Amino acid sequence: MNFENQGVIKRLADQYGPENLTVILGNGEANGVEVFAETVTEGDPSYAGPLAGVALKIPVYHILEDEVMSQVPESLREEKLQLSALVVDVDPMHQVLEASRKKI
Amino acid sequence: MLKGKKVIAIGERDGVPGPVIAECLQGAGYEVIFQATECFV
Repeated sequence: MNFENQGVIKRLADQYGPENLTVILGNGEANGVEVFAETVTEGDPSYAGPLAGVALKIPVYHILEDEVMSQVPESLREEKLQLSALVVDVDPMHQVLEASRKKI
Repeated sequence: MLKGKKVIAIGERDGVPGPVIAECLQGAGYEVIFQATECFV
């Protein structure tokens, strides 16, 4: 996750409380999802960004996971997400993110 | 699960971009407080 976004998330967590936030990802591939999740739960694994050493424990989901998709109105789902859902393999991301959420 | 949470949408250019995530979740009644699109190239 780039440093700019890490900084914004840190500020929002200070402002609203991390327990009131959730992060929704839109990654196209599983690569990187684990790092994203670790960054906003345990802290930046590279120890270089604003979230280094900051364990916000914010739950992370992917927009195409059933838990999220099922809440999007059908018309929007068909118009905006249907194509991505055909192309993106969400299963490996779901496994990684579910494991991350269970650790919170 | 998401009930009562404020949403931070981090999309990806080659997946689902941030504005699309935000639009979908706002349509579901959630408050999106930040959205961005990252690029892994």
